[in-house]
Amino acid sequence: MSFMEYRLKLAPSGIAKVFYIHWALILVLIAIAAIGWLMLYSIAGGDIDTWALPQIKRFGMGLGLMFFVAFIPIWFWRSMSGVSYLVAMLLLLVVHFFGTVGMGAQRWIDLGFMRLQPSELMKVTLVMVLAAYYDWLDDKKVSRPLWVIIPVVLILVPTYLVLKQPNLGTAMMLVLGGAGVMFAAGVSLWYFGVVGLLGGGGIAAVITSEGTPWQLLHDYQYKRIHTFLDPSADPLGTGYNIIQAKIALGSGGWAGKGFMQGTQSRLNFLPEKHTDFIFTTLGEEFGFIGAISLLALYTLVLVFCIIAAIQNRDRFSQLLIIGVAMNFFLYLAVNLAMVMGMAPVVGVPLPLLSYGGSATLVILLAFGLVQSAIVHRPR
Amino acid sequence: MRRAPRDTEATSRSVTRRALLMGGGMAAMVAALGARMRFLGVEQADQFRLLAEENRVSIRLIPPARGLIQDRNGKLIAGNEQNYRVVITRENAGKTDAEVEDVLNRLSNIIPMTAEDLADAMKELNPRVNSAFVPITVAERLNWGDFSKVAINAPALPGVTPESGLSRVYPRDFDFAHVVGYVGPVSEKDLEGLREAQVETGAPIDPLLMIPKFQIGKIGVEKWMEDTLRGTAGTKRIEVNHVGRVMRELAREEGVKGKDLRLTIDADVQNFVQARLGEESAACVVMDVNNGDIIAAVSSPSFDPNLFVRGISSTDYRALTEHDHRPLANKVVQGAYPPGSTFKMVTALAALEAGVIDENTVVRCPGYIEMGGIRFNCWKRGGHGPVNLKRGLSESCDVFFYDISQRVGIDKMAEMGNKLGLGLRHDLPMSAISAGIMPNKAWKQETKGQDWVIGDTINASIGQGFVLATPLQLAVMAARIASGRQVAPRIVHSVNDIAVPIAEVDGINLDGSKLRAVQMGMYEVMNGPHGTGRGSRIADPTMQMCGKSGTAQVRNFSESEKLSGARKNESLPWRLRDHALFVGFAPADAPRYAVSVVVEHGGGGSAVAGPIARDALLRALTGGMPPLSAYPESQRGTIETQQNAMQLRKPDGSLPAESKV
Repeated sequence: MSFMEYRLKLAPSGIAKVFYIHWALILVLIAIAAIGWLMLYSIAGGDIDTWALPQIKRFGMGLGLMFFVAFIPIWFWRSMSGVSYLVAMLLLLVVHFFGTVGMGAQRWIDLGFMRLQPSELMKVTLVMVLAAYYDWLDDKKVSRPLWVIIPVVLILVPTYLVLKQPNLGTAMMLVLGGAGVMFAAGVSLWYFGVVGLLGGGGIAAVITSEGTPWQLLHDYQYKRIHTFLDPSADPLGTGYNIIQAKIALGSGGWAGKGFMQGTQSRLNFLPEKHTDFIFTTLGEEFGFIGAISLLALYTLVLVFCIIAAIQNRDRFSQLLIIGVAMNFFLYLAVNLAMVMGMAPVVGVPLPLLSYGGSATLVILLAFGLVQSAIVHRPR
Repeated sequence: MRRAPRDTEATSRSVTRRALLMGGGMAAMVAALGARMRFLGVEQADQFRLLAEENRVSIRLIPPARGLIQDRNGKLIAGNEQNYRVVITRENAGKTDAEVEDVLNRLSNIIPMTAEDLADAMKELNPRVNSAFVPITVAERLNWGDFSKVAINAPALPGVTPESGLSRVYPRDFDFAHVVGYVGPVSEKDLEGLREAQVETGAPIDPLLMIPKFQIGKIGVEKWMEDTLRGTAGTKRIEVNHVGRVMRELAREEGVKGKDLRLTIDADVQNFVQARLGEESAACVVMDVNNGDIIAAVSSPSFDPNLFVRGISSTDYRALTEHDHRPLANKVVQGAYPPGSTFKMVTALAALEAGVIDENTVVRCPGYIEMGGIRFNCWKRGGHGPVNLKRGLSESCDVFFYDISQRVGIDKMAEMGNKLGLGLRHDLPMSAISAGIMPNKAWKQETKGQDWVIGDTINASIGQGFVLATPLQLAVMAARIASGRQVAPRIVHSVNDIAVPIAEVDGINLDGSKLRAVQMGMYEVMNGPHGTGRGSRIADPTMQMCGKSGTAQVRNFSESEKLSGARKNESLPWRLRDHALFVGFAPADAPRYAVSVVVEHGGGGSAVAGPIARDALLRALTGGMPPLSAYPESQRGTIETQQNAMQLRKPDGSLPAESKV
């Protein structure tokens, strides 16, 4: 139980909540999504029905969900953390076992109107359960090994299931997102230092072991690493996507080729241009100005979140907001780094821009939680 | 669990600290991303813009129209026809095989297509065989009616496009197969040759040749005048998508059409001679004695070059290569034959020129001579008795030439042969031109490593032994004897209506009276009372001809045959029979055309080759079907029958209904 309960009467209630909603944040999110719709319209060759309209509908639905979540008091969501984590875990297991029974590599559950990816849902519930855990945990025990192991287990169990799907990108997001909450909760920097060192050593071992009888990865995995390091070595094979993405971004120049004038995307040289590589079309058609503007909007979202976290005195709310912001940041940073040739291609969508239902819904759900934390902040 | 407010203040501050740390990390990453955007989109923009253009724009060549080939009067020999074809693009035709098959079936109701055609098309349209956006040709050479039917029904035929392009066509098919040759797709071998040439001369390879199935001349004029006929490629810049499908045309630059050629050949004379030779394995050249223009150059039997353009079937091709009359060979320039008695003019002129005989020198012919224990027979076993030059030629006495050749020697004879165009390669735009052989002492030493013996001279004196000549060389020889000038054969009259200058024609530095003595002898051959060619003389006094027949042995006689005399040709298998040869010119008093005829294994030169030469000369001289009045009265009936039976082309170049094909 937290500090908040002493001043419950200070939290807004009823219709008054509307005035406490962070409208600026919502506007920025809508602006980012609108850029996405514009790009989806352009990529479909000036057709709204292919991708843009379904995406707008999903976003509208997500927005509704966000408001719904926002109006429900944050302490309700805190008490639901454990349950929601277990539900997400159950869904992951369902997918996991149906996958092994023989329905192929299945990552989603068909809900009829949309396909839900439990791994997406898990990103939010993991943040929730970790935030609730550290809210509950005595501050002094945070860095004690036993109390560190519990959140690590909470992170690693779903990570293992996601990794088995296999979905390396999301698994990585879960680990880093969870680590972000732990970091914010005040876990000793020593842990992060040791894990970082071990990780670095592991990478060094992987690289130096190539070609030796005891090499740690499969040959095709090494090939991916090489392709990342030098895409031009295999321009028609695995390096093709990165090369074409860079060409698209670079050829946009300062101001871009103009809306719907991107030759790279219109002539299909770009891979996955409506999902993971959507940023390249933006860069091609609106140039450096368009790209940096989008980056500024994303930054604004992060800034709003960090300010909101700092303003808040409720530990659960703080950690929740930081966790959501961390996840959001990880998505955009990994995606942008990937399409600009700074990171290997791992299949992470660009939040709110990439075409896709689960990711958009989950992001808006998460921001609903953020809004709830803001609205019900003890003042 | 309950916490004191102080605690929460403290923990909240700790979270704030950590949150700001994380925010700082995020800011650093965002800054790095922004810097990367700047690097790609601003600093390296030009380079990437270039790469994007390279991706997008592809330059395609537009093949130019090939130059036409016409005869000396402008009749079309090789032209370009609109090739109406139908192509199907799989991606537009349908997603499933059933849909595509449906389209093909509908198409086959409109244009003639066999079940086999349909099966082939289905195979080609398999996306595993060809990419789905590649247009596959399913029908070619449609007539206009079928073509427009496809165009009209296009809405019901998704993915089907009627297209037209130019394709080479030879309207006078058989007549010019050897002279003009044919075109075919560039082969790897062609390119290999060009690459070698490029290494040697640095001449760049025409990018047109890289177009798949681009047609270039393979033999004959089409090959040797390729650079003139081809023209220059135009270009179009097109936009392509990631799989290479053409999206639109951005710019176009037209090429330059190939140059038109006009040949010296008269298509009608050529046709007449071709028909006259029939199915004989033979060659005939008609040549203008004054400027070297080749009026007709016929090799028989011939073949249809259009088959090669369209892609000849293996059975047709095998039929051509296995034919014992060798229809694919251009015997005019490739066939090297012992010239036989047609060579006697060379021996005679060499002897006259050397001063070892004059026109009154008499040699006694007992029917043979003996030299070093070997007996050399005259064709007339009883002998000719006393023979002078005129009689030696007109009655073709071998002993006369055996005798005078020993006096003049082989080297002088070879010199004269070269002067008259034997043993030299005449440069014409034709394939595999043979130089023949005009042997001398040095030649034998060089090629055989043996000394020249007198028997070799004796054999050579009557055009046997080592001597070999092509029908073209024999025609040149006849032309030079007729005009006394060093006429060089030529076949290209003009390029794009600009006349090709005639090569300088020098006199061959022969004493006029000596030349006339030989000409008189050739006149006597045809018109003298005992002339061997009398049977194929021209009766019309304005067109009388001079000539010399030859009958060349193609085998060695066995000892028993030498004693018993040669067997009759008719009793021998075809390929052991003698070659029949004839050279001549007309009119006798003011020569215009020279002719040479070789009929492989045809038998006697005067009986077989002479009449052909006469008909060819008359056809060239009269400019139409030779009038019967030009023939001796006794032969007119036979000639008329023969003329009526000839399958000549109609003025438009097409064959009459019952063609010889």
